[in-house]
Amino acid sequence: MNVIAVRAGFSTTVQDFGRIGFRQFGVSLGGALDAHALSVANLLVGNEESAAGLEVTFGGLQLRFADKRLVAWSGGEFDARSGSTSLPAGHPVLIREGEELVIERPKTGCRAWIAISGGLEVPLVLGSRSTDLRGNFGGKEGRVLQDGDKVALGQNSEQAKILIERLREEKIARWKPPHDWSSPAKREPTLRVIRGSEWNRFDNVTVQRFTGDKFTVSPDSDRMGVRFEGPRLKANELVDLISEAVAPSTIQIPPSGKPILLLGDCQTIGGYPKIAHVITVDLSIAAQLRAGDEVRFREVTLADAHQLLINREQKLEQFRRGLQPHFS
Amino acid sequence: MEIAPLGDSALIVRIRESFDDASDEALNAVLATQRLLENAKLPGVIELAPAYTTVALFFDPMRVVAFGAKADEVFDWLAERIRKAISSANEVRRDQIETSLVEIPACYDAEFAPDLDEVAHHAGLGAQEVVDLHCASEYRVHCIGFTPGFPFLGGLPSKLATPRRSTPRKEIPAGSVAIGGAQTGIYPVKSPGGWNVIGRTPLRLFDPQKDPPALLRASDRVHFRAITRGEFEKARR
Repeated sequence: MNVIAVRAGFSTTVQDFGRIGFRQFGVSLGGALDAHALSVANLLVGNEESAAGLEVTFGGLQLRFADKRLVAWSGGEFDARSGSTSLPAGHPVLIREGEELVIERPKTGCRAWIAISGGLEVPLVLGSRSTDLRGNFGGKEGRVLQDGDKVALGQNSEQAKILIERLREEKIARWKPPHDWSSPAKREPTLRVIRGSEWNRFDNVTVQRFTGDKFTVSPDSDRMGVRFEGPRLKANELVDLISEAVAPSTIQIPPSGKPILLLGDCQTIGGYPKIAHVITVDLSIAAQLRAGDEVRFREVTLADAHQLLINREQKLEQFRRGLQPHFS
Repeated sequence: MEIAPLGDSALIVRIRESFDDASDEALNAVLATQRLLENAKLPGVIELAPAYTTVALFFDPMRVVAFGAKADEVFDWLAERIRKAISSANEVRRDQIETSLVEIPACYDAEFAPDLDEVAHHAGLGAQEVVDLHCASEYRVHCIGFTPGFPFLGGLPSKLATPRRSTPRKEIPAGSVAIGGAQTGIYPVKSPGGWNVIGRTPLRLFDPQKDPPALLRASDRVHFRAITRGEFEKARR
């Protein structure tokens, strides 16, 4: 069975947790820009957390289903419906044969992740179903979805079948994960950062500006990275760096002085000074940044970053356990 | 050696301060370190990737904690084990670093070489002399990156070193052989780029359906062989 993208939207791709083990060959990690959001959406429909789902950018997506599926989504402030029924983020919903799911333009944020029970069954390429738009492989033929595309779905899991049966009457489950998880977009986002390797090579004024001023997201942003306008930082021209690894979360300062925050499809290496890195738990917020958003950066310690991640994972573990009665 | 965080889920092991003075020695040391760290199978490590003077190590902080690190000591816990693995292990001998010699056929015809004249002009040579010189050298893959499978090759005759174009091209065809500063390289997939294009190879440098997906890896030795347009077309079929 499959799902049809009647309208493919502005930029919709198949994504899972990305490619592990191929950075030494220049292959990006890729994957859902908010892996946590995809995990949670998958849990809500009885999938493995790493199952492939759809990453929707700026909506405009209309999906039609060929059989009964559970669907859940999380991400920005989107208006999602099935027929006349409004579908809030984070609630699993039963979609029947021939029914549709429509996601319109977001009010806040820019991305959403849609999990469908059974998962999207595009072929594994280098161990992942994620779409690599730079290398044009993985996902649906290495590209964004186009109108009319059909994507194969796996079988509903036993857990999914149980919940499908339970939702026969009410259609939408009443329970949902914590609000921050299903709706991470912020109106005035602050990204917590830890120091990068070259933090100390910038002068005090520059570092104070970086953590004190507001930066505006430039329209020239995509899955590779978010570019910022706003106060120019004094690039340290004395630093002539040998290229070394960069990663999604790295904030680099190119000679223009305008920070670039790297996201999932970023290159594997780079030679610009790395002033800071966004902490893992705030990548959910970073993945929602859109042109015009005003962003602040706030320094935390590496130990804080790890503690925040541990806290989130402990809550996720509780959530997993809390879900079990709904699926058994 | 220095170990520095690369965000909260990765770190960089810096093996050498500089690369240019002794690139062969530095590269060998870096690849030997990568091998040691692979063999050490440290808890929570997801993957390792070398680049010039460094090895990047990606890890899952949750798994490091599950192995006994305290929440506020994840980095130090891992760094200590990395230092131990590197210092206690027997030196990886140079001959244990895999190095293949790969011949890259390339057609240097004008149609594939929009910047050959510029490179020749910059070097004060004729176009054919540039091609001869480019084919006469043996190169070493210093790093793979920029795009999937893109090899940064060291060993370019200094005469051929040419600054990058001031305005990068929006699209460079797959297989393009190019010079950027003191390095030469090959664009494996169609991409934007600022290097001076002097030829094209019919070989596929990156194939995601293969494992490993890249024709070349760091440490490999490479030389170019000039082929005619006819040979290029034949090899493409």
